[in-house]
Amino acid sequence: MEGSQKNETGSFATAEGRADYGPSAAARIRADHNAKGAFSILAVFPVILIAIITIAMILRSWPILGSKPLIETLFGDVWKPQDGRFGFWPFLAGTAWVTAVGLGLAVVPCVLTALYLSEYSNSITRAVAKPVLDLLAAIPPVVYGVWGLLAVVPFVELVLAPFARRWLRAIPVFAVNQPTGFSILAGGIVLAVMVAPFIIAVLYEILDTVPEELRHASLAVGATRWQTIRGVVIPKVLPGMVAGIVLGGSRALGETIAVLMVVGNVVQVPTSVFDAAYPLPALIANNYGDMMSIPLYDAALLGGALVLLVVILVFNAISTLVLQRLLGRRWT
Amino acid sequence: MTKGKLERRHVAEAFVKGLMYLSIALVAGSLALILLTVLTRGFPALSWEMVSKPPQGGYYMGKGGGVLNAIIGSLYLAAGGTLTALVLGFPIALYLETYLGDSPWGRYVRLSLDVLWGIPSIVYGAFGFTLMLAIGLRASLLAGIIVLALLELPIMVRAMDEVIRRMPVDLEQAALALGSTKLEVAVRVVTRQMLPGIITAILLGFGRGIGDAASVLFTAGYTDRITTSLLRPTASLPLAVFFQLASPFPEVQKRGYASALILTIIVLVISLGSRWISGRLSKYTVK
Repeated sequence: MEGSQKNETGSFATAEGRADYGPSAAARIRADHNAKGAFSILAVFPVILIAIITIAMILRSWPILGSKPLIETLFGDVWKPQDGRFGFWPFLAGTAWVTAVGLGLAVVPCVLTALYLSEYSNSITRAVAKPVLDLLAAIPPVVYGVWGLLAVVPFVELVLAPFARRWLRAIPVFAVNQPTGFSILAGGIVLAVMVAPFIIAVLYEILDTVPEELRHASLAVGATRWQTIRGVVIPKVLPGMVAGIVLGGSRALGETIAVLMVVGNVVQVPTSVFDAAYPLPALIANNYGDMMSIPLYDAALLGGALVLLVVILVFNAISTLVLQRLLGRRWT
Repeated sequence: MTKGKLERRHVAEAFVKGLMYLSIALVAGSLALILLTVLTRGFPALSWEMVSKPPQGGYYMGKGGGVLNAIIGSLYLAAGGTLTALVLGFPIALYLETYLGDSPWGRYVRLSLDVLWGIPSIVYGAFGFTLMLAIGLRASLLAGIIVLALLELPIMVRAMDEVIRRMPVDLEQAALALGSTKLEVAVRVVTRQMLPGIITAILLGFGRGIGDAASVLFTAGYTDRITTSLLRPTASLPLAVFFQLASPFPEVQKRGYASALILTIIVLVISLGSRWISGRLSKYTVK
């Protein structure tokens, strides 16, 4: 009623002479204030969630952490749940090996690809590359695992292992001690391909923050593209690139299903890339079914999850801080 | 002057460029190989029965049936998880932009979201299981949805946040200058600008949720029946792939490849679809 009167007279005054702007200013400010309160409670949720997850893991694994010195649990290499002996070392070593091999294989191609996309390619290539990278990042881990099983394990078994047996026999890291292709190398190859889209996307985003003028200045005085990259672009973003790669590494660290399918899952401290290994995530996923029947077993498995969580939290927090600082500059 | 002569730096340039082409070929090649492997091994085993029936008696010994239970289960899990994460995450994204901006607290919330994003799904699974024990919930669709919601939340909030951050500042300032409260800016201006970002976030979260195996392994369980209740266990596609591949029967393994192909197709359609939809919708936003 008041609304129609406003339209007819072209004024905002109502019959009572009070201005009609919808809800009063006080009501709007109150709504704003209430919303702010409600929103801020929600926004605390992510921060609290990290704490809750960590605390829950500590509480659940306390029986195992409290029962023996931490050093003994972490670096003991005997894993006999039936006898109550839980040494994490084979699993920590397995995780480290697989992650190191995966990241080692991924880093150089990823850096070069990101550099090409950012420094050499034209806008059309870039426009194609972005959706393709998104697509690849979207492929589920289990599909990478299927590929690993069908292609990578046979490749390691039939091509790489015989090659190493013939030519690299003298180097202990390449010693072939077992007949199958289920190995650290297979796991590393699968991991490398899995984290590649992620690392390339992060590196590209970082390289993109380098002001175009800097490149122009360098090229204008006669430097080649590669000299520009080496002398201008990389020094500007080196910490960010390292952070991006560390972030990729922490992704690789926690990868479960795909690695579990190809890495062999043998409890041993590996000494060669052709050895089978048993990374922590695979341990948790595999033994989940019977962990309730053996005392301390569930505490031990959740202790493994805790170790994984703590390592990843530290890596993640540091590299994310570096990246935020670097990428944040663009938005301000 | 060395004009005209092949300088060392030019050789280096050509060399590095060659290495870059090689890297791209390596990355693109291995990824093409994955799709090719899954397609060629999965396609022969794919049949109408695979996608239209749950496992029949003796399925895991090579007899009739399909993985409809897992397809439906995965859709339920991912849809439920995504919806829950959206309800929680959308206000967080709005709040981050309109109230917090680049303040220290805003940076802190973003940092914790990024850190959450990096926590592996197996840890979410273990945490979800602990949570279930604490509240007395058994392996069920509901438990799976809760864990997936936690897993997807940081991805979705950050996706929305990125879109909002690309919004022109003038738009917000114009609304504020006209006397809007921040809430009104958030609801009437930012939300509309965010529409393509919301769709992207939903599909990103959904894609992640439907493909994740390690988190639902502990929490959603597995069953050969199509689930009918939130409190019953449910099958999921990634686990269907995983379990069938572990079978000693070649027939069943082949169906595992086919299931992997189904999963890949769903994920690729979602990924392409999200690009297409957000492209269409972003026509209606102010740039």
